[in-house]
Amino acid sequence: MNYETIIGLEIHAELSTKTKAFCSCKNEFGGEVNTNCCPVCMGYPGALPVLNKKVVEYAVKAGLALNCQISLYSKTDRKNYFYPDLPKAYQISQYDKPLCKNGRIKIELDGQEKNIGITRIHIEEDAGKLIHGTESEDYSLVDFNRGGVPLIEIVSEPDIRSPLEARLYLEKLKGILEYLEISDCKMQEGSLRCDANISIRSVGQKEFGVKTEIKNMNSMKALQKALEYEEERHKKILSEGGAIVQETRRWDESKGITVSMRTKEQAHDYRYFPEPDLVPIILEEAWIEDIRKALPELPDDKKKRFVEEYGIPDYDASVLTLTKELSSFFEACAKGHKNPKAISNWVMGEVLRIIKEKELDLKDLKIKPEALRKLVDLVDDGILSSTGAKQVFEEMFKTGKDPETLVDQLGLRQISDEGAIVELVKKVLSENEKSVEDYKKGKTNALGYLVGQCMKASKGKGNPQIINKILRDMLE
Amino acid sequence: MKALDLYSLTLHEIRDKIRSGEICSKEVLDSVYNRIENLDDKIGAYLTLAKDKAYEAAESVDKRIAEGEKLGDLAGIPMAIKDNISTNGIRTTCASKMLENYVPPFDAHVCEKLKAAGAILIGKTNLDEFAMGSSTENSALKTTRNPWDLERVPGGSSGGSAAAVAADEAFFSLGSDTGGSIRQPASLCGVVGFKPTYGAVSRYGLVAYGSSFDQIGPFTKDVEDCAIVLNHLYGHDERDSTSLAVEHGDFTEALNKDIKGMKIGLPKEYFEEGIDPDVKKIVLDGVKILEGLGAHVEEISLPYSKYALPVYYIAASAEASSNLARFDGVRYGYRAKEYDSLEEMYINSRSEGFGDEVKLRIMLGTYTLSSGYYDAYYNKALKVRRLIKQEFEKAFEKYDIIISPTSPTTAFKIGERTDDQLAMYMSDICTVPVNIAGIPAISLPCGFSKGLPVGMQIMSKALGEASIIKAAHAFERNTDFSKKKPTL
Amino acid sequence: MIEKNELQYVASLARLKLREEDEEKVREKFSMVLDYVGMLNELDIEDVEPLISINEVSNVMREDEIRESMSRETLLANAPDKMYGCIKVSKIIE
Repeated sequence: MNYETIIGLEIHAELSTKTKAFCSCKNEFGGEVNTNCCPVCMGYPGALPVLNKKVVEYAVKAGLALNCQISLYSKTDRKNYFYPDLPKAYQISQYDKPLCKNGRIKIELDGQEKNIGITRIHIEEDAGKLIHGTESEDYSLVDFNRGGVPLIEIVSEPDIRSPLEARLYLEKLKGILEYLEISDCKMQEGSLRCDANISIRSVGQKEFGVKTEIKNMNSMKALQKALEYEEERHKKILSEGGAIVQETRRWDESKGITVSMRTKEQAHDYRYFPEPDLVPIILEEAWIEDIRKALPELPDDKKKRFVEEYGIPDYDASVLTLTKELSSFFEACAKGHKNPKAISNWVMGEVLRIIKEKELDLKDLKIKPEALRKLVDLVDDGILSSTGAKQVFEEMFKTGKDPETLVDQLGLRQISDEGAIVELVKKVLSENEKSVEDYKKGKTNALGYLVGQCMKASKGKGNPQIINKILRDMLE
Repeated sequence: MKALDLYSLTLHEIRDKIRSGEICSKEVLDSVYNRIENLDDKIGAYLTLAKDKAYEAAESVDKRIAEGEKLGDLAGIPMAIKDNISTNGIRTTCASKMLENYVPPFDAHVCEKLKAAGAILIGKTNLDEFAMGSSTENSALKTTRNPWDLERVPGGSSGGSAAAVAADEAFFSLGSDTGGSIRQPASLCGVVGFKPTYGAVSRYGLVAYGSSFDQIGPFTKDVEDCAIVLNHLYGHDERDSTSLAVEHGDFTEALNKDIKGMKIGLPKEYFEEGIDPDVKKIVLDGVKILEGLGAHVEEISLPYSKYALPVYYIAASAEASSNLARFDGVRYGYRAKEYDSLEEMYINSRSEGFGDEVKLRIMLGTYTLSSGYYDAYYNKALKVRRLIKQEFEKAFEKYDIIISPTSPTTAFKIGERTDDQLAMYMSDICTVPVNIAGIPAISLPCGFSKGLPVGMQIMSKALGEASIIKAAHAFERNTDFSKKKPTL
Repeated sequence: MIEKNELQYVASLARLKLREEDEEKVREKFSMVLDYVGMLNELDIEDVEPLISINEVSNVMREDEIRESMSRETLLANAPDKMYGCIKVSKIIE
């Protein structure tokens, strides 16, 4: 049986405002426990929320960047449930009137563009953090520093058809939020969180299959792996004639499996109702337009511009514009440079490889754009061979030194002086008369041998192109 | 007058004596605390006294006066505050086992304002647990008795605040009014009680019951005192998003005004079945007095008012179910001693910490918000709320004020209605529509039935407080009901 | 009359437990109130907009400016159980 996979994602992004959503406490990651708190965010009796204007502004920014309709009328609602990290025992969120709806994100898959719909974006507050003791300890501790930190929840349509697409969607979304500078988007720190709904159905079937919800994916890779696992699990159950149980499952990163979250929790009944302590949000078109005008250049536009301005292929431009950091790095290298394609190759190849290998942030890389430009120049000018350049790159990564200095330090400067090479070639030709004859008889592969001999004689430092050219000239 | 008898004066009389230097704040405080010591065992108005802090504050006021500083109306005046209004460093129990030992780390907005004006907090008063009730019998901590008849209830939920003023145990007090919790006990105790326009007084620091209905307001011995206290309670507060950003005038300017030509509506629905005939007659007699002073009186009809009580019990309970969810034994308040898991800790703490009426309303509210019932109850209530509000708005296009009884009966006996849920709820039938519409209203003593006080309710459009004060003061100047005191 | 299991469900949502001896009384009271509020069904209100904000105010927001938080000691003074500057609760198994 052929199956089709249906995935929808719910993304929570913490907004990087200075203060919390409903009180003026500092919005800060990693502060000393319970020090960024007040009666409002600790849910004291009698304390009341007041909405942070920046939260609305940031959410509208996200909505515009994700091609959403911005609701001129929206309101906040209470979502009621008990949990020790939720101080008021309700979360201020938005239920039937979210700030933004009906948006979309474009992803690229095998050179094909595909739109993933966005159902809605709404604002809400984060909960505090639970600190669990070791296994022998019979308690948990609660820190409310994160309580009340503003979040946007971005809900996708069930338009995603594979775990890879899910990952591409999340990468694209993360990139856009970073471009907008409204969220740190750090999955490890939890400022970007992703839950996934997945189901499968036979190809051609109209109605959706039973879905499971997957939580606890702390990286892009984890998202894809968890969904791949879950997709296979569904297929196996269905092909064996079983039935999927609708449930929430947790991704266990170390074991590489999803596990049912068999909490005894009662059925969810959040009893949403309009938050009586806050008033509706009514936006003016002009204000929305001002925000729209102030939006930065977003990945799709930047990609188009990179193709036009730097003449690099579509694929390169997509990769280079995925994150704001990477696109800025590339542009700093390529701006005004005569060989942007070579720059693109370096950035997409060696630069990305090394930061991934060493798990670094681009901003922590010791190789600065100016140095990378020089490295490309050295190759273009024949001073450095491409293999030599890789050696220099490694050293630049380690030491942050200037490539020109490194070329000499490592003794990698190529001999490109034609006079010196003519002498060298003469010597080689005189020592290899048999090969010269072979060449003249038409055995063209003798040329390769002679080039090799010349390179050997130059101790590997001769510029192979120039050797080749001079050798041909002299053999004619 | 002996210094120890000062307690019987009104706020403005005491103010004048303090201003003239005839007496000092400390003497006033001595008098009131002495009164409380002698009497409160019988009345049971207070849950907590704040003697040390009160004397400290009085001393500081006296010092400032001695230094020649000109202080406002409230400087050195002892006041009582309902125990669901947060007071920094003084326990705020909501008359619940849940919060019996809870000490707020901050002051409610109104406390800040009154303190800044020099008023002196003498203690916190009893109430129906979490302000849910109409007799103060739902207090988990104490029974409060009506100063006019100790066998009877003071009304509720702000029964302690009403009784304290009626028994001269405070010059004024604060209550909160969600469905009548200021006006109904004011009526039953024979004092003036005022419920402001929704949003006129900040709710910051008031432990929420029904957030979209709750308002803080004063109990006073007469209308002039009421106007003075309102001046200090009103005003915008940026910490309460529903606080109105409007300037309020000086309410004392509405005193001593002629009411000739004032248009009064008498809604017939508020004088029909369920209203004690004696109460009806006394209120109508009161209206005649206003008519005699030149006001035009007409009967009107407010047919949607009869739906106010159902709207209230749906919407206020729903909000309460959510507002009171925070009492979970985690951060403050009562935590059960015995439990085996987090879930059990929640359930045991809440079941042991809350009283029966509170639990009933929480469950009612939980039910009406739960999946599948929202449209049938809560949403419907919000729709009818609009109709009721619109009906009042329309009436106020034609009438300056609307008058009705405050409570359908005079004070009832302790225990009389505790088992009759609906009879208890009906106590609020005349007051609840005002909260539904968000408008202001006063309850004013207007006579006695079998020795028990009867209150007249005067309502106006939103922010029409001055019309209410004007009419109420005209009535008071021409009668002496406010001056009558219970024999204690 | 509300069903017994329905009342128990509502109680559990609200994290309340009914004493067995009270259950009948609560059911009666509960049902009485529900019957009473059912009065609203007399009205034809299909086209009426629910009233969300009583004074029909909108857009009350504050600037994104940090103000000093309250001291932890003060905020935790009312806590029934605490440890290492945190609120302590029973172990939560996730």
